[in-house]
Amino acid sequence: MNRRTLKSAALPMALALCLALASCGGDEDPASNGNGEPGAGEETLSGAIEIDGSSTVGPLTDAINEEYSAIQPDVTVTLGISGTGGGFERFCETGDTDISNASRPIEDDEAALCEENGIEYTEIRVGTDALTMVVNPATDYVTCLTTEELITLWGPDGAASTWDEVNPDFPSDPVEIFAPGTDSGTYDFFNETILEPSEIESPRQDYNASEDDNVISQGIQGTPGAWGFFGFAYFQESAEGALTAVEYDAGEGCVGPSVESAQDGSYGLTRPLFIYVKNEALSRPEVADYATFYVENVGAVIESVGYIAATEDEISEASTALEEAIGG
Amino acid sequence: MSSTSTTDVVGSAPSGDPVGRSLTTPRPRYGERVVLGLLWLCAGVSVVTTIGIILVVFVEAFALFGIPGVSVVEFFTDTAWRPFTGPESEQFRLGVLPLLNSTLLITAIALGIAVPLGLATAIYLSEFARPRVRRTVKPFLELLAGVPTVVLGYFALTFMTPVLRSVFGADVVPIFNAASAGIVVGILIVPTIASISEDAMSAVPRALREGAYGLGAARQQVALKIVFPAALSGIVAAIILGFGRAVGETLIVSLAAGNLPPPDVPTADPFQQVQTMTAYIVQAVGGESSRGSVTYQSIFAVGALLFVLTFLVNRIALRIVRRFREEY
Amino acid sequence: MAVSTPARPREQGTRGFRAPVGDTVREKFTQVVLLLGTLVAIAVLAILLIDIALDGVGGLSLDFLTNYTSRFPERTGIREGITGTLSLMVLVALMTFPLGVGAALYLEEFAPRNRWTRLLETNINNLAGVPSIVYGLLGLSVFVFFLGFGRSLITGALTLTALVLPVVIVASREALRAVPREIRDGGLALGATPLQVAARQTLPAAIPSIMTGMILSLSRAIGETAPILVAGAAFSRRADNEPWNLTEGYTAIPIQIFDFVKRPQQEFQVEVASAAIIVLMVLLLIMNSAAIVIRNRYSRNR
Repeated sequence: MNRRTLKSAALPMALALCLALASCGGDEDPASNGNGEPGAGEETLSGAIEIDGSSTVGPLTDAINEEYSAIQPDVTVTLGISGTGGGFERFCETGDTDISNASRPIEDDEAALCEENGIEYTEIRVGTDALTMVVNPATDYVTCLTTEELITLWGPDGAASTWDEVNPDFPSDPVEIFAPGTDSGTYDFFNETILEPSEIESPRQDYNASEDDNVISQGIQGTPGAWGFFGFAYFQESAEGALTAVEYDAGEGCVGPSVESAQDGSYGLTRPLFIYVKNEALSRPEVADYATFYVENVGAVIESVGYIAATEDEISEASTALEEAIGG
Repeated sequence: MSSTSTTDVVGSAPSGDPVGRSLTTPRPRYGERVVLGLLWLCAGVSVVTTIGIILVVFVEAFALFGIPGVSVVEFFTDTAWRPFTGPESEQFRLGVLPLLNSTLLITAIALGIAVPLGLATAIYLSEFARPRVRRTVKPFLELLAGVPTVVLGYFALTFMTPVLRSVFGADVVPIFNAASAGIVVGILIVPTIASISEDAMSAVPRALREGAYGLGAARQQVALKIVFPAALSGIVAAIILGFGRAVGETLIVSLAAGNLPPPDVPTADPFQQVQTMTAYIVQAVGGESSRGSVTYQSIFAVGALLFVLTFLVNRIALRIVRRFREEY
Repeated sequence: MAVSTPARPREQGTRGFRAPVGDTVREKFTQVVLLLGTLVAIAVLAILLIDIALDGVGGLSLDFLTNYTSRFPERTGIREGITGTLSLMVLVALMTFPLGVGAALYLEEFAPRNRWTRLLETNINNLAGVPSIVYGLLGLSVFVFFLGFGRSLITGALTLTALVLPVVIVASREALRAVPREIRDGGLALGATPLQVAARQTLPAAIPSIMTGMILSLSRAIGETAPILVAGAAFSRRADNEPWNLTEGYTAIPIQIFDFVKRPQQEFQVEVASAAIIVLMVLLLIMNSAAIVIRNRYSRNR
């Protein structure tokens, strides 16, 4: 009967399609641009690795995954971006992730939670992000901002509505702010760096918030007098002259964001990028291999993602820590 | 022999009920009991889902009010929404009215676009267009209803907003505004309203039309004065469905309308940034809030309010539909 | 999503009905106004689609369908999105069909006409109109945390099933309701029990419309981003051996589109995202066409 055949055929067809797509993929071209090296040992590994955490570090981990799956295609790697805090919650409380991406060091209460649940981990510094402040090109008088000026601009009590409130030398153009939402790690980091030392808990609440950095970029580009901040990658990818980067004066002169200034520490708004690896998971060969691969190759991959490589010292420190954790 | 009596067969059931309802035999065969039981179970699952949603959302919502510093009265009457800083902070305000206002504003704009366009399309397709045109356009409309909303969100931001800014002036229309999002949401629901209204109008029996034409009526008279009122219940149902869809729309508004609740509530200004209830949920879920915190629970409180809103509207709609339903 | 139109007896249908064409000014005027309205709606949506098609068609290739996501736009593919979306589709279909049709059959043919049934019916109708993001919250709270399934494929499938089930029940009931009385009466008059009548006469007669409703509901579920975003869809998943695993993470094409438009590189935002959208729309088109073909073919047979 027609209707029965149709009904019974539809589902197996879909299933078959699923399997067909799955099976016809073994020979994807190696994504590596020649810099990736196979991890320790040449045997084929299999297994599953679950990673979650910061949406800033996510793209970096995904780039590593891309290279890794070219040499170890049988290892399943799943990557989520629940946020640094959400990642730690999965990592420490439910324990269902092997690796947690983080755009800040683990906090005390999160570490305590891990300890409570018997989860030991190794912290690995994998790179740096230079948080970039930008203004609309028409706002060309804003080339550098000091911490005090930023507090006037961004803090709750200052909450400047025109630029001359920030700095009397500036004209009295209206201020428009586009920045990450109050619930993001980027926002947290900026506040901790700029506001917390002056004991200010949270900034003004009346700005244009968005989780999507592209939207922030668009907003600033279209609004004269606009100011905002986001990750270095978004500034780099913006068109020439669409946005102007603002230098930051942490007390020792104005420094703009760049690879050099981030690595030598002269730029004050650098944010460390970490992965936290569960020690117990390292006893599985695929996880150990993956983590080793990560540390060895992150330097080669990171620039294409838009972040800044960790220094050689930081990488070798990480290597040692990892080796110890695997061995021990 | 089954033991149904003739009176059961012919017995009057309210219109719309299949006759089967009054024919449930008192003693079905044993195997049949099992099957009936299974069917009952299936219906039971839907009960469980209903109860599940209501339970979950409301339980988590009420948990919000258990947190010290949060008051129910304030939630419903306060006119500012600043949930991220925590009740200890001075800036913390938890009044849901700005979100509700935003949702209703966007929905009003959307319906203002969608109802005229949708009904025009429906009347045209049902009463004026040739059958072949109707056969081609209807599936096209149904397909367009499947456009992913993330696409429409970007359309709103990159196309609609610049258009509005050039028409009304860039100083009147900010980058994030309710009008762009509202118009695009309206475009989103045009296929829904058009399709279902057209179905309702097609369901009006030919006899009514033939009678009118026989009396010498012109096509637009038949369309507007005979068919439209006859199909009114279906049309109202279509508009309500459209309303529900507009209220629940998430991605378009979170990309194009902004993430800042309007400062002066109540407001009907379409050229300002707003944050709807759905946009808030997405913003908060994607962020770093941990379970048990004010932010996390507030997500459910807003979700519960959303549920109640659509529930009430559906009830009202049902009542209207029943009153206007014509029986043939 | 449109409610499928059940077939009407020929005397009452409007298919093929040609109205007498008058040419009064008012009639023409009304016609033009309505036509304009129709065209505006279609035109805007058509412009959008053409724009997407032009942007994305360059990115389409077999590689695009078989590569995983990459940091390089020219090497990116949506393989994990496709397997995720298809897996979700199969799982949701498998769960929704028995539950939805069973519930509809029960409510329509067997349920006693009392307050509880009416309450149930009202609730199901209401659920069909609840915003999809609320189902995401349900998924987060119940499936991810309470039942402990975590952010896995089964959670996503269950969340989408919950989303789609009320609509399938409503559509199936409409389909069953449209089956003419005579079919049931005939069966009963010949001595069959109500269950036999339902199983062997009513249900088969309604299957085409039910299938249509189901396919349309599925296609809506596939295009949804918000519920699975909230209920924990992952960012990427590279798994040659095991493209789908019920207990592990998953992603889907709409989620990947959302990710692409958030990346800093222009090529991702425009070309890659558009290509992914085309793939999704083609999938929807196939499903909708299947629904329409079924609807047309089987309506004609009767």
